[in-house]
Amino acid sequence: MCIDCGCGPTDHHHDHDHKHDHAHDHGKGKKINIEEDLLAKNNRLAMNNRQLFQKKGLLVLNLVSSPGSGKTTLLETTLKDLQGELGFAVLEGDQQTSNDADRIAATGVPAHQINTGAGCHLDAHMVGHGVEHFDLDKTDVLMIENVGNLVCPASFDLGEDCKVAVLSVTEGEDKPLKYPQMFRASNLMLINKLDLMPHLRFDLEKCCNYAKRVNPEIEILELSCYTGEGLEKWYDWLRSKLAAKK
Amino acid sequence: MHELGITESIVEIAERTAKQQQASKVLSVTVEVGSLSGVVPEALEFCFEACSKGTLLEGAQLLIEKVAARARCRDCAREFPLDDLLACCPVCRSAASELLSGEELRIKEMEID
Repeated sequence: MCIDCGCGPTDHHHDHDHKHDHAHDHGKGKKINIEEDLLAKNNRLAMNNRQLFQKKGLLVLNLVSSPGSGKTTLLETTLKDLQGELGFAVLEGDQQTSNDADRIAATGVPAHQINTGAGCHLDAHMVGHGVEHFDLDKTDVLMIENVGNLVCPASFDLGEDCKVAVLSVTEGEDKPLKYPQMFRASNLMLINKLDLMPHLRFDLEKCCNYAKRVNPEIEILELSCYTGEGLEKWYDWLRSKLAAKK
Repeated sequence: MHELGITESIVEIAERTAKQQQASKVLSVTVEVGSLSGVVPEALEFCFEACSKGTLLEGAQLLIEKVAARARCRDCAREFPLDDLLACCPVCRSAASELLSGEELRIKEMEID
């Protein structure tokens, strides 16, 4: 088929009366149907990851947020409080530095840093190799801290059970509306840094309504790693998700 | 800018298929991009020239077919087009809807020589 005007190779007359500026050497071109998803490779690798995680009875969470929402602090706090009870491993995604993995490793939990360089998200291939650094038989929960970015990580399945979107109250309550794709793809929204509420004009109720508007099924928890408020509910959520996997 | 990785997939899939077909050259590749796929068509075009250099796709045309998003209201079951994920049902104003199309990101066909 002609790629400019859509005329087919069999009924193709070169004396047609409409104007075109394209060359007419395309009649010899052969059309091939492909119908392949452009994310197929990532999705296939994510499926491999998911099968491995399933076999090992792992709960896998993909933590997504903007930079600076407090994901790493949330992880540090969670690991300190629960590592006596559950086996954790943490994959850290950042463009550069091993700062976050170093912070996690300081808690005593196995951590591995993935540097994406120019990349704006983790993909299933990186995660598949990242978990080779862990003894998954000793792991109950794998936490994947994605690159701080509310756009691209929404499109890349890593093989996780749930995406957890972390939103801090310093960011503005309309984040779910501004980045609906991410909040639609997430199973849980954690509203973080609750202790800062007295200093801000963040409308908690509006934020929850906005999130429910883009994703009626999303669960919402509010917490502060600084005061500890709401952490027990988050831990109960983790325990119940893990129990459902086992 | 994950369009770069997506464009690499286009080139990879098309080149693999072209080799299977023993083609000497790819003349055009058609991809379907949903309006809610999170991919900007202009960015794909921008990356395509660089990614196709030195492959069977060098000089090929990248044809992008935009796919409009449609949803079905979960409350009244009406199907309707939507411009973004925040659109409400035009009939009952419900915000709860199920996406029917708009997330496509597929290489559809190509023309080889």
